This record gives sequence, structure tokens and C-alpha cells, in this order.
Amino acid sequence: MVPLNWYLTVAALLFALGLYGALARRNAIAVLMGIELMLNAANLNLVAFWRYGEQVMALTGQVFAILIIALAAAEAAVGLALIIAVYRDRRTVDVEELDLLQG
Amino acid sequence: MPTLPVPTFTQVVFVLIAAFTVISGLGVVVARNLFHSALLLAATFFGVAGLYVMLEAEFLAVTQILIYVGAVATLITFAIMLTRGAMHGETNPLNRQWGKAALFAFLFLVGLLGYLGGIPWPAPFQAIQADEGLIARLGEQLVTRYMVSLEVMGLLLMVALVGAILLARDDKP
Repeated sequence: MVPLNWYLTVAALLFALGLYGALARRNAIAVLMGIELMLNAANLNLVAFWRYGEQVMALTGQVFAILIIALAAAEAAVGLALIIAVYRDRRTVDVEELDLLQG
Repeated sequence: MPTLPVPTFTQVVFVLIAAFTVISGLGVVVARNLFHSALLLAATFFGVAGLYVMLEAEFLAVTQILIYVGAVATLITFAIMLTRGAMHGETNPLNRQWGKAALFAFLFLVGLLGYLGGIPWPAPFQAIQADEGLIARLGEQLVTRYMVSLEVMGLLLMVALVGAILLARDDKP
């Protein structure tokens, strides 16, 4: 049997990696990949807490996870559409070059 | 000399899947080629699906592979190919504050792990009987107790997809 701690540790590692990816990358698509990693980590936590919780048959954690997967898919579609629109307009996906609002 | 506890078969499998997931995730954020990042991201999604199987959430594991590996990773690959040459040289460079970002993520991880270690988690891991029909129950719950959430999610997905098409459409003549 695997302790709950182990799942939470893996999720924490994935979340930290996603955080680093989202903060340190210049390509907007790579930033989006970091966000996807963080969403996966959150989902893993939800499912782990569901499995180790008191009411396994209530399935709350699994339902939450399914809703978040759908949300992540919608987010990826809109995010990538935005990136493509920006690329068409400005010929770049470098987030450091997109500084139109900088004073 | 104290002997280490002998790991069970489940624990060994868990460690293998977890190591695969975390190493792929590390590859996603350190790869210099964006295309490699995308492929490693798909591998990470596979690893998380494996962890769902370990948690006896088989439906979620299949959903994860269908939606993340099948749709999200493919979508990202398409976006990479549609924006090729946009980075003028290196496809996946680091920005100026990557050192600070690494430090912040590391401190966040240390804080999180320290917090996790300080809590005595209960482990009442109740066994699920195979004949209880968990997936049937999940479907039933989705259309009864969580019906409103499901409908809102459907609406959100529709709006998001219409919006994505509208955003990405080339409306120049």
C-alpha cells in the first residue's frame, strides 16, 4: 500500500516544475505547457484525497477532477487560439516582445 | 544497523511511475527544443494516467489519455507548427528572470513538502469491491447530484470552442 504522502509529494513536484516552466519561459506555448502541468498536479491531488478520504463512494474528488479536465481543455483551446492570433498580428510568440502596455 | 523496510510490489510500481512522470515533467521545463517539450508533456500526461490507475480511478485514467494525450498535446503540437520561426532562432529560450523563477519554485516546493511532512495524514485506504460498479455510480452522480456543474461545464466548453475559433480565424480578406 502506498501512503497518501507519496502522491502529494509527486503532485507537489509536478506543480513546482509547472510553476518554474510558466515563469521562466519566453515562448508563450511553453508557458501554457507549464500551466497544464500545474493543472495536472492539482487533479492528482484531488483524486488522491478522494481515494484516501472517508467517503469513497461519494466520488466527489473524481467529479471535481473530470470538471477540471474539461476546464483545462477549454483553457488550452482558448490559450492556443490567442497565441495564434497574436502570432498572426505581431509575428512573434515571445512574451518578452509583447510589451505594448509597458509605459 | 537498522534494516530498511522491504517495499511491496505496489510501492515499487508507484515509484517507477512517479519517477517517469516527474522526470518527463522536468524534461518539459528544461528542454531547449519546444517540440521535445511537447512530446515530453504527452509522456507526463501518460504518467499521471498511470498514477490514476494506481488510485483505482480507471475512468479518469482513460479520460486523461483521451483528452490530454489525444487532444491537448495534439493541439499544442499544432500550435507549435503554426507558429514556426516565431522565435527567431532558438525555439524555447529562458527569459531574464529564470533564476528568480527557479528559486521561487524551489522555495515553494520546499515549503509545500515541509508542510506536508508536518501533518499526520490518516490512511484509512478503504478497499473498493469490484462489484460495486464505481463507473456506473460516477455516471449516475454526474446527472443527478452534479447535474448543474455538468451543464455549466458543457456551456463553458461550447463558449470556449466558439471563442477559440473566432480568435484563431483569419478575418483578413
